[in-house]
Amino acid sequence: MVFGRSRRGPAGRPPAEPLTLKILVAGGFGVGKTTLVGAVSEIRPLHTEEELTEAGRPFDDTGGVETKSTTTVAMDFGRITIHEQLALYLFGTPGQHRFWFLWDELARGALGAVVLVDTRRLRDSFAAVDYFERRGIPFVVAVNRFEDAERHDLETVREALDLDPGVPVLDCDARSRTSASEVLVSVVEHAQRTVVRGAEAATAAGGRPAGEDRPAEEGQPAAGARAQHSASAR
Amino acid sequence: MTDHWFDDAAGPVVRPYAMTRGRTTSGSRKDAPFDLIALVIAEEPGGAEPAAADSGPHGDLYADTSLAPEHIDIVERCRRGPQSVAELAVALDLPVGVVRVLLGDLVEDEWVRVTRPVPPAELPDENILREVIDGLRAL
Repeated sequence: MVFGRSRRGPAGRPPAEPLTLKILVAGGFGVGKTTLVGAVSEIRPLHTEEELTEAGRPFDDTGGVETKSTTTVAMDFGRITIHEQLALYLFGTPGQHRFWFLWDELARGALGAVVLVDTRRLRDSFAAVDYFERRGIPFVVAVNRFEDAERHDLETVREALDLDPGVPVLDCDARSRTSASEVLVSVVEHAQRTVVRGAEAATAAGGRPAGEDRPAEEGQPAAGARAQHSASAR
Repeated sequence: MTDHWFDDAAGPVVRPYAMTRGRTTSGSRKDAPFDLIALVIAEEPGGAEPAAADSGPHGDLYADTSLAPEHIDIVERCRRGPQSVAELAVALDLPVGVVRVLLGDLVEDEWVRVTRPVPPAELPDENILREVIDGLRAL
């Protein structure tokens, strides 16, 4: 990695620090998240470890043990260097319900997200769609075209996922660099629109019809949502 | 694993934390933990010449007995250029939690500083997003 800027400023502080942004890649197990991240960046596994919370318990064989346990989780992690002062990081988030607790940290400050879907298993993406909607994180739905999958038109996918009209839905081939980067471009463009809309809404003080899909309180833990997800998965 | 005093649940987590001397938090971490995409930047060495980079605010990096080899590894990597917390975890092959503890020590001793990433809602202008889009299209 090369950040070539001069590192000698007054008091050791250079005038501008490099900027980092992140995009999350979510979706069900085996939907192609690793493939997509790998198509556009050098991919490496990132290990994190977390305490398992209530939400995770039914899915981990802890046999009714009441103490908290810790688990390690590997995430896909990729870096795209836009230029010396700007890097975009991709995080492929584990799709299983028991990893919801990881998402809160990842989602904080994310530019946006991709929900990758397989039309044969659309249900697997419900939880991710729900999560990003509740948190007001701009996301796009990318339909990974598996060769043996029946082709659905994108409007059908939109209806099945009950998406807001503003949410972009697009086809992709997660193996293709061009296709994967187009998916990411659509996330950034969507985020751009959302940021602009958000700024307008702030000055207009409400009156936006899409207001109800925003999270009630920024920074409030998604415990309710999480409990719901785990309850529905039981 | 049944004849051990620990069980499988201890997993691979225990050993990495040995290098933090069992600590899961660092003294200097008063606020939120370092973000995964926060950049870690080496503090300027005392001397002006890169050749004199061994000396930090508290003297020689390699002579500081309070530092583990992993601490030194982090400082060395950051001296080559800013590294995100996530990249350091990957490069050192350590869980993020361990890296955060080590970074807390290094921040406290002023070997490095950690930037706070700018939330997208506070991006100064749209040009940055435009640059990201152009960069992605050029991949």
